[in-house]
Amino acid sequence: MTKRILAVDDSKTMRDMVSFTLKKAGFDVAEAEDGKAALNVLTGGKFDLIITDLNMPNMDGISLIKSVRAGSQHRAVPILILTTESDGAKKADGKAAGATGWLVKPFNPEQLIATVNRVCP
Amino acid sequence: MPVTSEQEAYPVAQFRKTYFEECAELLDALQSNLELLSSGREDEETLHAIFRSVHSIKGGAGAFGCTDLVAFSHTFESLLDALRDQKVAASQEIKQLLLRASDALADIVHAARLEQPLPPNFAADISVAMRDALLGAGQAIDVAVGSVAAETRSLSEQKYRVRFRPHTEMLRKANEPLLLIRQLRKLGTLTIEADSSSLPPLEALDPESAYLSWTFTLETAVPRGALQDVFEFVEDDCDLEIELLEAAAGPAEAAASDAGSVVASAVAQVSVAQSIRVDVDKVDRLVNLVGELVISQAMLTEQGLSLPADTYPQLIQGIEALAQSARELQESVMAIRAQPVKSVFARMPRIVRELAATLGKEVRIVTSGEMTEIDKTVIEQLNDPLTHMIRNALDHGIEPPSERVAAGKPRQGTILLSAAQRSGRIVIEVSDDGRGINREKILAKAQARGLVPAGASLSEDEIDNLIFLPAFSTAEVITSISGRGVGMDVVKRNVQALGGRISVRSRFGHGSSFTLSLPLTLAVVDGMVVSVGRETFIIPLVAIVENLRPQTSDIHPIVGRGNVLALRGEYLPLVYLHRVFSIGDAIGDPCRGIVIIVQSESAGRVGIVVDELLGQQQVVVKSLEANYEPVDGISGATILGNGRVALILDVARLHEIDVRGTGGRLPSPDQFKIETAKDIVDAA
Repeated sequence: MTKRILAVDDSKTMRDMVSFTLKKAGFDVAEAEDGKAALNVLTGGKFDLIITDLNMPNMDGISLIKSVRAGSQHRAVPILILTTESDGAKKADGKAAGATGWLVKPFNPEQLIATVNRVCP
Repeated sequence: MPVTSEQEAYPVAQFRKTYFEECAELLDALQSNLELLSSGREDEETLHAIFRSVHSIKGGAGAFGCTDLVAFSHTFESLLDALRDQKVAASQEIKQLLLRASDALADIVHAARLEQPLPPNFAADISVAMRDALLGAGQAIDVAVGSVAAETRSLSEQKYRVRFRPHTEMLRKANEPLLLIRQLRKLGTLTIEADSSSLPPLEALDPESAYLSWTFTLETAVPRGALQDVFEFVEDDCDLEIELLEAAAGPAEAAASDAGSVVASAVAQVSVAQSIRVDVDKVDRLVNLVGELVISQAMLTEQGLSLPADTYPQLIQGIEALAQSARELQESVMAIRAQPVKSVFARMPRIVRELAATLGKEVRIVTSGEMTEIDKTVIEQLNDPLTHMIRNALDHGIEPPSERVAAGKPRQGTILLSAAQRSGRIVIEVSDDGRGINREKILAKAQARGLVPAGASLSEDEIDNLIFLPAFSTAEVITSISGRGVGMDVVKRNVQALGGRISVRSRFGHGSSFTLSLPLTLAVVDGMVVSVGRETFIIPLVAIVENLRPQTSDIHPIVGRGNVLALRGEYLPLVYLHRVFSIGDAIGDPCRGIVIIVQSESAGRVGIVVDELLGQQQVVVKSLEANYEPVDGISGATILGNGRVALILDVARLHEIDVRGTGGRLPSPDQFKIETAKDIVDAA
């Protein structure tokens, strides 16, 4: 069965790149531009993985992760955070909130797919 | 799941286009939020929004290999992050820095979009300032690195034992032990031993808790780091032990790999040695010590010269060599503090842009000589006067486009900002092609205010320079832009505090030109040591044109100007130092003493009457304000080789004081005490 991934990022470039790469690799991808939009999308369907940026307006990645883990439908879904190499503290914040793993920006398509495969059974 | 590269089909160009479109929006948002911040909106949301803009620009930049952009936005972002976490205060200085950084970021994005290389060291000063701000707040900054290629140096097979006990927390974060085991298996030959001894009976089992642990034995050729990487996401949520069971690598290989790392670290050191970051305090301490050294050296020289040279030839030689080395050492140390004026100049285009927009004028700014170097302390204090002069030129100098066209000038006004090193000083010029100074209006105003006696005849230059008088403003001068309670007198005072001079030249209808002349460094001065009665003074060498002993026939009394000296057809005002400072036992007669002709930007050429020339010497400047009190006509003090205090003359002020007839009150030796040179830098 085709796996469904939700890509959350306020940057359209990032969303485009993530979803293009994942679609090419055979995933079904939905997009959301911030945490709030992501929660809306999540209520409308079942996802196998969430990839989220941390810095976003309205609702940031950390709050999104906490909401997902505190909810019922997707609380066991792996969540990857997109972070930059400088963000050692952000990784820790993300992990503390319940993220499964992280992907360091910038990444190439192979890195993205490899990381997705690492956490998505 | 296929893990394949889709590079061919990956529409990079399209993503790139989207990215730069997005950048334009992000930069706009950044700009307007920074403006909110500058105007006092320091709330969390503004700071978050500012951070996000830079963060997003950086995020995409890496994907398209824009390394300059990544590096700059990384530093920018780090500073914003520290600001957001209140580790760095949102001071006025920092806000300025952020605005400059945002301008530079826009330029770097622009260059990246056109795939143009940046000029060398572009915005390096801004990056340095941002790092300084971070360092100042005790914030470590890591250097942005591109994607680091994973180390795949092949080793011979090694055998590891891995003990792995997941915590419940690990499962809650959706990390699946099975996936980790699969990854381990990809690394080599894996033997798995599961420990289910902690597993409770079924009725007591919590399906969401972790009960199992594993011991793996892995025979692999990959380095230990790759093994650890498998557990990267879970290392905080499990017990993990990795131990090497058999080192299959022979000693020779181990030695070879050691040698390799030595080479690597040597290479790293070479690249680090090209520039090091040093705390400014350390440099200042060095400057202080060198100042002390120069004073000691001067004392030695003085003592040495009183010895017969033929008796102690080697001692004299040694003293001379010491003098030479001390001087070179001092120059080298001063050079450490020198920075290009670029950091200040770079802020001006933005000020011009914004102000021009506010005033509805069309103005361009042309800068030159940005790489001229000047002492860091001077640079830091240059910003305010320069900003004020630029604002002044824009507000009062440059006319509105319609007025310019009517006057037959191009619609767009031009402000020239230049820096150059001229005879031991830095000369900065701000000129505009605007309407120039309206002398009639200025003079009328000055007379109405009683600043100039009615009927006094002033030269054009003198009238122009009236604008530097305290609280002087024409009706037009007070506007919302420059009339913020700061007049040109404040600018002048700031500049003078830096040991600088400011003067103006103007042609009505054609524009004005402000000239700022500043010392290269504030800590050392080459001076002529002169005596007047029992007092010793230092006259800065840069100001001296020549020395002479005039004939009685060369001195002419002129009503209202005192005595003047006729010199090659020119009449120079004479300043009698003993009169200016009320010194009793001086010679006083220029024909029996010496006249030193000095030149300054504001006062022109003036003859200073002293008793005797004592010699030429490099002196370390000490602040008079810090050790005594400011004295009109004196710019600082120093300690001579014989341990006596000598005062350094402010030549530009002397004539004015002499004309006024009120000199400064000189400190007596017991009032004036300088114990160490630790105030040199304070004075600077």
